[in-house]
Amino acid sequence: MLIKFEVNGTPAEVDVEPRLSLADCLRDTLHLTGTHLGCEHGVCGACTVIVNGEAVRSCLMLAVQADGENVVTVEGLSNDEALTPLQAAFRKHHALQCGFCTPGMITTAHALLSEEPNADADRVREVLSGNICRCTGYVPIIEAVLAARTAYGADQ
Amino acid sequence: MNGERAPNILIGRPIERVEDPRFLRGRGQYVADVNKEGQLFAVILRSSVAHGMLRKIDGDSALKIPGVRAVITAPDLGSQVPVIPLRLHPLPQLEPFCQPVLAHDKVRYVGEAMAVVVADTAAIAEDALDHIDVEIDSLPAITDRAGAEAAAATLFEQHGTNVAIKWTAVRGDADKAFQSADYVRRETFRVQRHAALFMEPRGIVAEWDDAAQRLTFWGAAKVAFANRKILADAMGLSEQQIDMVEVDVGGGFGSRGEFYPEDFLIPFAARFLNQPIKWVEDRREHLMTGNHAREIECDVEIAATNDGRILGLRGQSWTDNGAYIRTNGSVAPRNVAQYMSGPYAIENIHLTTSSLTTNKTPAGTYRGPGRFEGDFVRERLIDLMARDLGLDSIEVRRKNLVADAQMPYPFATITPYEFASEFDSGDNHALFELCLEEFGWAEKVELQGKFIDGRYHGISIGCFIEGGAAGPSEDARIVLETDGMFSVYLGSASVGQGIETIMAQIAGDALEVPFDSIRVLHGSTAHVTAGYGSFHSRSTAMGGSAILLAAEALRTKIRAVAAATLGCSPSDVSLDADRARGPSDTSVMYAELSSEPIEAEATFRNKKTTYAYGSLAAHVAVDPGTGQVEVIQVSSTKDVGRMINPATLRGQSVGAIVQGLGGTLLEHLVYDEDGQLLTGTLADYMLPTADDFPNISTTVIELKPAPHIPLGAKGAGEGEIIPIGGVIANAVANALADLGVEPYELPLSPPRIWQLIEAARSSG
Ligand code: FES
Ligand code: FES
Repeated sequence: MLIKFEVNGTPAEVDVEPRLSLADCLRDTLHLTGTHLGCEHGVCGACTVIVNGEAVRSCLMLAVQADGENVVTVEGLSNDEALTPLQAAFRKHHALQCGFCTPGMITTAHALLSEEPNADADRVREVLSGNICRCTGYVPIIEAVLAARTAYGADQ
Repeated sequence: MNGERAPNILIGRPIERVEDPRFLRGRGQYVADVNKEGQLFAVILRSSVAHGMLRKIDGDSALKIPGVRAVITAPDLGSQVPVIPLRLHPLPQLEPFCQPVLAHDKVRYVGEAMAVVVADTAAIAEDALDHIDVEIDSLPAITDRAGAEAAAATLFEQHGTNVAIKWTAVRGDADKAFQSADYVRRETFRVQRHAALFMEPRGIVAEWDDAAQRLTFWGAAKVAFANRKILADAMGLSEQQIDMVEVDVGGGFGSRGEFYPEDFLIPFAARFLNQPIKWVEDRREHLMTGNHAREIECDVEIAATNDGRILGLRGQSWTDNGAYIRTNGSVAPRNVAQYMSGPYAIENIHLTTSSLTTNKTPAGTYRGPGRFEGDFVRERLIDLMARDLGLDSIEVRRKNLVADAQMPYPFATITPYEFASEFDSGDNHALFELCLEEFGWAEKVELQGKFIDGRYHGISIGCFIEGGAAGPSEDARIVLETDGMFSVYLGSASVGQGIETIMAQIAGDALEVPFDSIRVLHGSTAHVTAGYGSFHSRSTAMGGSAILLAAEALRTKIRAVAAATLGCSPSDVSLDADRARGPSDTSVMYAELSSEPIEAEATFRNKKTTYAYGSLAAHVAVDPGTGQVEVIQVSSTKDVGRMINPATLRGQSVGAIVQGLGGTLLEHLVYDEDGQLLTGTLADYMLPTADDFPNISTTVIELKPAPHIPLGAKGAGEGEIIPIGGVIANAVANALADLGVEPYELPLSPPRIWQLIEAARSSG
């Protein structure tokens, strides 16, 4: 099936098998390997991308379901010049070790803070509890996301 | 500055990691991101039966599916199916229990590899699995100790027993100590099967170059050199014909990077078909094939004087090793026996561990192997003893910790494959007192056993040691490139712990050059002559020490080259951040020193284990209605001798604590009596999530540098996971002291705690 959607602000047109997941389409067809697969059954959150502003598990979504939609991956939340405030906060707080869960954490946190820049620690923990990290113990991830809130317009 | 060391300016600082920008932008390159021109995809046909005779595997109809290139079964491997050797403790009596790379006569666990299917896409290969005709005559599955000890049933008929080996740790005269002791208590403890469960699934890309007769293997981790040797032997190649390449690695924790069947099967298939082959496991496969860990039963007794001096530990343990003894399958059983005494001065020890084989996934190491289990037993026994004798458990620990002045102090000696070790240098008491203070013991003790708002509160503290810096050696090579940059090549591997940053800090200080002029390359076999890798918390201490030696050698060489250019003697040359200086204001930039790179390689050798010491305290609240244990706070202290990067160290500490809490409260690989794994997804196997354990504080200090390591750093990657099971169980027992609940088994899941409470109530 031929589908058209927007990925990281650029139009994409791909011919996919109906059974292809959005995650595999992003990784294998479009070579956006920042989206990771940790479980392929919707639990770990490593594959989280942003579809029309909402955090979505790309392993649970078919590529054909993205037809006509707007998809943003971790690559789309990055630029070459400098780390974004969210990324810089992750680095500063040592919120990543192996880095495998990191793209999913960044996309999930970005979707959250874009909607709720004043999210408190409990809210951040609640939302990120859908993303598994085996390395950090989460404490620094929560610190990083809380620290990044001002960049999303949180009340000072 | 000549001859004088400048003060360290990089070591000890929380420098932001060089790895982070690529990971944060989604530009890491993990093995699943590696693709080779013309690659095919492999999937593994796995046994769905736990124990049985393999009568037939017929891939003919699978081969008819368009896009399927091969179905590789045992006969394709040649006259002998390769068997995976032991990397550690290679004892001849264990050889019959080693795993063949493909099952041929028998299958022994659900998930065991029986065939490899190769196709144009992973989806086609997966479809083809359903078209392979397999016949297995089922045998009764052995899934527990009772089954394993029943002589009639054996996984390895020719061996006649399911007890692969029995280890014995001895010190002093335990029987004599127990005979005359005032106090003795004996209990049976159990720790459940769980696993490292790193987030990135395992994967391999292998390519065979037929013209050059060379193999390249992407996806190496942890012990690339050891695995290259195993692979070379199994494929009939020389080690020089194989390049093991390490790419970014999504967590290891002891389990990733050991030699698994696929580490042979995928390279073999690449040569067999003469095409690059890619394989990435899925999560269900990982749960049933990656090394499991921790499953053990311990029948152990403690002897003490009436005033709480521990006199001895005695008893037997049985580890459930699963179907085969894998590369490092003896580490945990040995450590349980040898290190059960932990940081306490216990003069009389007689502890055995029997390694049992059962029809479950083979076991290997997981962060703090054997130590987590042994500490659970010991810390529980100490608290039981204190309660029985009416003593304060804090005082009892103070009384029994090995004092600084007693070091070096020997552990029990373990046999066979005899190993004796001793505490190197450390101040257990200082760490214990600091932990009490950081935790706020004096105030929190008011809560002990109190029932507040529907929950019982309990606190507890325990002590641990972490072994590190395993020998025998590590290599480093440093090259001054012609652009003035320094490349550091290391045998140590990364498993996601930030090695590029840490090693650049060490190298920068050793070379007295800025952080930005260092580039670290590691883990791949092409970089150095030999390497032992990343296990037993050894990378920093061993690899870092190799860097110090190589840096010194390189500085000598640079002085010699600069002296020739500047027309002076090498002893007149001093080395600056970017240039070499001679007498009377002459100097030459490193970038202009030579048209050839200048390099030096060095090997650091060390046979002695380092020990990091620490304490950990916890506060829990238990809901008697549901059995739910909430961890309200955990505080820990640890002495690592020398801190390279406080930020990454804290990361290791907090990460270890949360993993340990998972193993104590949540994680459980459950089998039914037919040997079927019931927890085959992350929805069934519960890992800690962001809202489970919010309050964790860790304190890492530099008190006693490692005496045998020039860098002074002790291994520090496992530490705080070790005491968690015992500390949390003791806190739960303290919370429920009025009810008389004493947990002897992990995990401390709500149903288990609820049942203990109900049982205590109905008997009380
Ligand atoms: S890979 Fe999608 S949730 Fe785990
Ligand atoms: S950083 Fe490794 S899984 Fe999160």
